[in-house]
Amino acid sequence: MAAAPGSVPELLTRPSAGKAGAMPLLGRDGEPTLFELSSPGRRGWSFRDTGLPEWTADELVPADHLAATPPALPEVAERDLVAHFSRLSSRNYSVDHGCYPLGSCTMKYNPKLCDAVAAMPGLASCHPSQPDDQIQGWLTLLADLERILCEVTGTAAATLQPAAGAQGELTGLLLMRAWHASQGRQPTKVLIPDSAHGTNPASATMAGYAAVEVPSDRRGLVDLQALRRLMSDDVAGLMLTNPNTVGLFEADIEPIAAEVHAANGLLYYDGANLNAIVGVVRPGDMGFDIVHLNLHKTFATPHGGGGPGAGPVAVAERLAPFLPGPVPRPVPGEEGRYRWVMPERSIGRIHGWHGNALVLARAYAYILAHGADGLAEIARTAVLNARYLKERLRGTYDFPYDGPCMHEFVASSAPIKRATGVRALDLAKRLMEEGFHPPTMYFPLIVDEALMVEPTETESPQTVEALAQALLAIAVEATEDGGAAATAAPRTTPVGRIDEASAARHLKLTWSG
Amino acid sequence: MGGFVPHTSAEIEAMLGFLGLDSLDDLFAHIPDAVRLASGLALEPGRSEADVLDVLGSLAGRNRPAGSVGSGQLVCFAGGGAYEHDIPTAVRALAGRSEFVTSYTPYQPELAQGVLQALFEYQTMLCRITGMEVANASLYDAASAAVEGLNLAAAATGRKLVWVSVGVRPAIRSVIRTLCGPRLEIREAPLHDGVTVWPDDLGEPAALLLAHPNHLGVLEDVANAAETAHAAGALLVAGADPVAAGLLRSVGDLGADVAVGEGQPLGTPLAFGGPYVGLFAVKQAPYVRRWLPGRLVGEGEDSEGRKAYVLTLSTREQHIRRAGASSNVCTNQTLIAVTTAIHMAWLGPQGLRELALRCARGARYAREALLRIPGVEAATDAPSLYEFAIRTPRPAAEVLQKLAEEGFLGGLELTGDYPELGEALLVTVTETRTKADVDAYVTAFEKAVA
Repeated sequence: MAAAPGSVPELLTRPSAGKAGAMPLLGRDGEPTLFELSSPGRRGWSFRDTGLPEWTADELVPADHLAATPPALPEVAERDLVAHFSRLSSRNYSVDHGCYPLGSCTMKYNPKLCDAVAAMPGLASCHPSQPDDQIQGWLTLLADLERILCEVTGTAAATLQPAAGAQGELTGLLLMRAWHASQGRQPTKVLIPDSAHGTNPASATMAGYAAVEVPSDRRGLVDLQALRRLMSDDVAGLMLTNPNTVGLFEADIEPIAAEVHAANGLLYYDGANLNAIVGVVRPGDMGFDIVHLNLHKTFATPHGGGGPGAGPVAVAERLAPFLPGPVPRPVPGEEGRYRWVMPERSIGRIHGWHGNALVLARAYAYILAHGADGLAEIARTAVLNARYLKERLRGTYDFPYDGPCMHEFVASSAPIKRATGVRALDLAKRLMEEGFHPPTMYFPLIVDEALMVEPTETESPQTVEALAQALLAIAVEATEDGGAAATAAPRTTPVGRIDEASAARHLKLTWSG
Repeated sequence: MGGFVPHTSAEIEAMLGFLGLDSLDDLFAHIPDAVRLASGLALEPGRSEADVLDVLGSLAGRNRPAGSVGSGQLVCFAGGGAYEHDIPTAVRALAGRSEFVTSYTPYQPELAQGVLQALFEYQTMLCRITGMEVANASLYDAASAAVEGLNLAAAATGRKLVWVSVGVRPAIRSVIRTLCGPRLEIREAPLHDGVTVWPDDLGEPAALLLAHPNHLGVLEDVANAAETAHAAGALLVAGADPVAAGLLRSVGDLGADVAVGEGQPLGTPLAFGGPYVGLFAVKQAPYVRRWLPGRLVGEGEDSEGRKAYVLTLSTREQHIRRAGASSNVCTNQTLIAVTTAIHMAWLGPQGLRELALRCARGARYAREALLRIPGVEAATDAPSLYEFAIRTPRPAAEVLQKLAEEGFLGGLELTGDYPELGEALLVTVTETRTKADVDAYVTAFEKAVA
């Protein structure tokens, strides 16, 4: 029996797996650096017996090249090294610990299955220069991943080389450049919404384009009239995230695409938010010509504390000849065999080898596990979690752009700030004490006191409800205590609030004793 | 399908009930029908964990990876930018801790002191092995580090011309052409007997770029390159090798302004080329605050005066400065940087020296033995460390093919990339190779060129 709309289902108020308040934090001592733990002559290393002649350094290296002493690395025993990095790891939050609702980052659970794949010696011990006949397994895997990514995005061909989303953006923009040049045009501008990720305009600059901002309208969507005014034959294309960074689907995508294409522009899809529509809507079907994907978001490859990621770029047929290479292609007349081929009019290499190959293998395993239905279930559940959470916060937080949200939404804590002076930053720090990683703060730039929340599909309904309760409770608390608790937070973490401005003024970027 | 979505149908119904919706499809009702997939993706159904492991295991079985003698895998004498070294068990275990593996960029420093301190230690160690003063928290790979080094030099000098040594690995030069081409003028400086020769008339360059050792394994004259660069008002961007750093004077010590390189050799498997880690470090200079690419970790304090680590100088970066950022890099290779740091600490100064020494001994022994084979010639007599280039009396690709039949990954083909050498190979020896391995390899080589 479904509960009445607006009343919280009892089923969801049971203990949640994603609330990490029970995470043990062992006191608040600082961890010494390795350099402080170092003791001259202590060692952890050992090497195999090779039986080779024991020539000395002087015999092997000309005197003018030889260093008098080796670099001053720390000298620690293996036991100390293990203790140090184990303690450091326990001073760090992670998806494995609990809910990580960072908007635009898609911090979903990273299946352990994929770790096992990345550790397979048959994949992990291949040299990237090996001839095609020795790496048929890799070529088959990459070719099949390309096929799948093209099916998911509604495109014709892809490069798997870009190492991250931003490198994918740059690749896509260089493809745009090459395509226009092939048509005898040299447009100088790329249009980018004011709500876009900072990487979009930064990538445009690196590709030699001027980034021109397209304003959002009152709905938080691309202002179609403004877009029409900005379009000209000097515009190479439009970069768009859909759903966009306020979590809204650009419902005018068809007229937007028509407008851009009518002026010979190309439509670029920033795949940061693909998790909202995977298996439900395809960028290619919306008219996008170039698509980058963040495999570390939608396809759950672990983010590693900031990387590695992988940012494949998939394109429409007419752009395929320009792709970076080499790409894996079938050997004519030999079924099931592949070889590296350089696309006919390739823009060249993007990566020193073949991209973040083991990340690609993880994403491939993730996709095989999910299949067509599983991928669509991801999008549906991710949107369900976000929509539920947003509605639970209504009345306490503002939603300046209040259309139906997709996999994430942007709440504004401006009303709380007006009433109490408590900022989004304070609420974020206070949320840590409730056992949650905070949402993304102060992004996108078009929302005041922004908290951008993306629960992802792998958090249970109970976790989403517990997060809602925590976000509501800290807002109520702020109005009751005038912000005392929030501005003092966090008090349960290994260190308290850090003065970032002071760290930037008094720069200390290496250990110096 | 298995899947990782925890929701039961009762829970989904309860949530939809709360929202006043009838079905999950209602969540997408505002999306125009014309762009919605009518009948789902044309992909296979989902599979169980065991089935996925079977599929991947079977693909892995169709590769011939590097491995030890007698394993049925290929005994590796290939390098050229990707190296097989022993990875200490402790390094693997620590770098595999899920707190490092499954965390995000440390934007909330109070919850990320572990990754931040590990990166701070990485930055410090990288400065010490390169002879530099400021290191960032990593770039994608050696190629992206080289690109960013040239970009930094262009921004710092306000110039657009860069000179790239032909001794820089060809794939990296290709990446430079792709990524810097639209904004910079790129010219190449040739090698003479394995060493870079800078033209007399350099014009007004922003940077000179070389690799030390270079792609033929040769030790370059970094000090001369630094003088040449500085006399022309340019920065010297030098490719540095973290293993060679155990024996060689650092590029910073020799006068380079920017050190770039590949951290893979310390702790990361061959991995078919990635994920690796781009090393990037510079001398302290006024341009650092404005133009250094990538993330930086600084030491600061919390509200009660405890030492704490935090991302700093973020006003250079894309999320603040957008189109005017020093680089577009956002996601980097933090986990691999942390791995490299753990491996550097496991080695310490004497271990790093011993590692470099052992690689160099193997290479000396292999080189002397190979050069005794009739028809095999040195490509250059310039000093090298642990890789060296040789000319082969038969096509290099054919030699590699025959060596593979005998169980060896025999080297890296240089033929097309350095036409002046004719048929040539780059041979690499690391500490993983014993005298017996080298002897067997040389015997197979003799047969392959006979």
